[in-house]
Amino acid sequence: MQDAKNLKEYRKEIRESLDNDFLRTAMDNFAVAYRGSRANAFKDMDEKALIREIADAKDAAASRLDELFAQFKEEAEKRGAVVHLAKDAKEANEIIGRIAMDENCKTIVKSKSMTAEETLLNHHLEDDLNLKVVETDLGEWIIQMRKEGPSHMVMPAIHLSRHQVSDLFSDVTGQKQGDDVQALVKVARRELRQEFVDADMGISGGNFAIAETGSIGLVTNEGNARLVTTLPRVHVALMGLDKLTPKLHDALRVLKALPRNATGQAITSYVTWITGSNECAAAEDDRKKVHFVFLDNGRRALAKDPVFSQVHRCVRCGACANVCPVYRMVGGHKMGHIYIGAIGLILTYFYHGTEKAKNLVQNCINCGACKEICAGGIDLPGLIKDIQARILEEEGHPMYSSFLAKMMKNRKLFHKFLRIAKTAQKPMKGKDGFMRHLPMIFMPDHDFRALPTVAEVPFRDMWAKVQPAKVAAPKHKVALFSGCVQDFVYPEQSVATVESMRNKDVNLEFPMDQSCCGLPLQMMGEVTAARDVAIQNMEAFEDTDCDYILTMCASCASHLKHNYMKMLGKDPQYATRVQEFADKVIDYSSFMNDVLGVEKEDFLDSAGDAVTYHAPCHLCRGLDVKAAPRELMAKAGLDYKESAEEEVCCGFGGTYSVKFPKISEQLLAKKVNNAKESGAKVLLTDCPGCVMQIRGGAKKQGADLEVKHIAEYMAERRK
Amino acid sequence: MTAKAESVKLFTDKAELVSAVVTEISSLDEAYKYTMDLCGKKEACKMLISGCEQNLSNTAEQLCATKTGKTIVAPALAKKEAAALEKQCEENGFTLIKDSVRNHLGGIDIAFTRVDHGIAETGTVVLNCPNEELRLATMISEVHVAVLPKSKLVDNSYDLESWMEGNMMKGDYTAFITGASRTADIERVLAIGVHGPLELHILLLEG
Ligand code: SF4
Ligand code: SF4
Repeated sequence: MQDAKNLKEYRKEIRESLDNDFLRTAMDNFAVAYRGSRANAFKDMDEKALIREIADAKDAAASRLDELFAQFKEEAEKRGAVVHLAKDAKEANEIIGRIAMDENCKTIVKSKSMTAEETLLNHHLEDDLNLKVVETDLGEWIIQMRKEGPSHMVMPAIHLSRHQVSDLFSDVTGQKQGDDVQALVKVARRELRQEFVDADMGISGGNFAIAETGSIGLVTNEGNARLVTTLPRVHVALMGLDKLTPKLHDALRVLKALPRNATGQAITSYVTWITGSNECAAAEDDRKKVHFVFLDNGRRALAKDPVFSQVHRCVRCGACANVCPVYRMVGGHKMGHIYIGAIGLILTYFYHGTEKAKNLVQNCINCGACKEICAGGIDLPGLIKDIQARILEEEGHPMYSSFLAKMMKNRKLFHKFLRIAKTAQKPMKGKDGFMRHLPMIFMPDHDFRALPTVAEVPFRDMWAKVQPAKVAAPKHKVALFSGCVQDFVYPEQSVATVESMRNKDVNLEFPMDQSCCGLPLQMMGEVTAARDVAIQNMEAFEDTDCDYILTMCASCASHLKHNYMKMLGKDPQYATRVQEFADKVIDYSSFMNDVLGVEKEDFLDSAGDAVTYHAPCHLCRGLDVKAAPRELMAKAGLDYKESAEEEVCCGFGGTYSVKFPKISEQLLAKKVNNAKESGAKVLLTDCPGCVMQIRGGAKKQGADLEVKHIAEYMAERRK
Repeated sequence: MTAKAESVKLFTDKAELVSAVVTEISSLDEAYKYTMDLCGKKEACKMLISGCEQNLSNTAEQLCATKTGKTIVAPALAKKEAAALEKQCEENGFTLIKDSVRNHLGGIDIAFTRVDHGIAETGTVVLNCPNEELRLATMISEVHVAVLPKSKLVDNSYDLESWMEGNMMKGDYTAFITGASRTADIERVLAIGVHGPLELHILLLEG
């Protein structure tokens, strides 16, 4: 569970996790293996279509929860089960406690249920009612005995070594145990079998609740859910209302994605379908007492929320945690109170409140890895940002955030600030274009990367000089969006862009009223300011006569294309205009490769350098651009060497890296190492933020690695 | 290949991927014989791999003592089939458990069942088991031998929808079983048989 009181405490906890080498290695190995097995599991399927179908079906179910519940209750009760609805955690626990008392149950075996974790059911049963509760899922049993919470949705004990488990089992059995995993599992089998023999009541969760027949479905690998629902004379299943689904078909469809996404299995060893009260020799009249308890705890309200109802699409596969680069380093409850990973950040807010969520929710770098693989197609990073904004509204904006919002809303003021910064940084400026030391406001924690200085002359001041002559009959009319970094820090990247499309019949414009894209504001949860900036930019480009709005920054591009629509698309005043604007936005590599269609012949004949690549999150996932930059490099005659984990975030994340420098540092270290291991001496990428991060990291580490924007190389290699 | 041969192949491939053992047979007699062989190969009077040999707590140790001799459980068979199996068990010196499976929670060597369907896409066998003895048998035995008529093979779980819905209308317990019981909860090392059978043998019956 997450209990940090403030951001400072939270950072300290994160630091402790980062220092846990065992956990780090376990998570790293898992992350790499998982990616491969997941891809393999989906290889013969239309994964995207399946996810869309699940999303649609779940949305439809969420819109009629009450109706589905009523139907489920009627059908299940027809078949001998009793159905309850609990408004909150306390009520759910009391209902289950009462069933135990009424049925005179003393010992309980439980198979894994996240919903029971959510309500802290065990505390109630053990501490308040003095019942014996034994978790029977191996990982859950282990952490129960260690009095810990699960650190992963599907692998609750991933943070423990076999030695720790061996010590634990030695204590439990009173016999010395060895370190062999297979043997330890056998010990667990025998010890737990005894618990099943003794138990009066079995408690399970439910992966599916099928309204049409009042049936539930349980998905397990170990088979403990089958024993839990068979041996004891009483069975209680506790489920969130979000598990309700109209028909069996819905469940079978989710079943196609759930195990594939969770562990890369086509299906789990066991899927159990239970309808009504079945035969049970241990029960009085040979019929099991079956109770289905549904938990609301905010779910009905959530289902009505226009933005957040999509949270109910979650099938609890845990994949969003499996791919999250932040979760991978900090593990367990440093990313979620009970539920963990990307969805955990969101559910913590809705099920456990602002207090529990406010620190956690900031710990998302917005890399989009979770969104890409979510079985329900949930826009997880988007919702995380929305929650951050909500919390800001509830708790008040911190000073730095309001200050930045105010300043960035006013383009002239913001640009003036950047120009002043240029002068102010003079004393700290090294000859190499990096700051020699960091200003005092940055903590020592931030010293992991060298930071660039603001350029002598921003791109906007060079434009008059570098702009190409107008073409009479241009093939393409393009307006450049430079973004603040390429305007004020790396103007050479913008110049290279201009140069790289020389003689290609392109008319270029640079609207002077453009400002920062506004993504940093959105990252901080400053929604109003982000929206104001969006309108300014849209208007600045409406004055131009262009077919494309080209940006060399992947983050700006995906923000302009997707988030502007989200912010303004529903406002009738802007809806059509913002759609037009967004449709024109394109990234550098796609424009060069797909639109302009540069060819091998456009580049020098000499053999180019060996290069490797970093795929910016907002390009490869945000815009789904994967092939274009690689094709460009090949056409330009470069010897492209793929790096390991090329699509994993470099740790920049704008303001995120300022808030969580230790995490940013670790991500960066991995990135630089992978690049070095590729054997290339040059790394290219499509985003000035990533250039800043990786170049700064390589410099600090003294790595022999040059980092450039892909446009710079294309310009150099143009004939 | 005919459509059926293709399904059989896909089913076999997928089931073997999760270490199920798939064998084609042409009669039930072959199935009995197979089961006898399997039981015979298991070391006499000893749970092979289910943990009895481990250092256990006293109570768990006691459970081991409930098991004596080699046992096969085969509930829910037709009378004639049960008689045929029983005869073979007698000849081989194995005990056939026909009811009160709950008295054998310490473990049973082999569960012999006829399953209702197979799903080729995932190599899954489908067992309709509102009958508690049948259900339990496939949970607590160390080895599960499942006889699946080829005609009961479907491509995809969706193909079973109406059959399952029909059962669910009455009240029901149905299991999809794919491979052996498994866990990866300790250091992500794959371990077999944590709660359920350690081996799944599927006998594909002609017809
Ligand atoms: S949010 Fe998506 S990826 Fe995460 S657990 Fe839920 S369904 Fe799986
Ligand atoms: S966007 Fe990236 S950092 Fe944020 S939760 Fe998703 S995977 Fe993790």
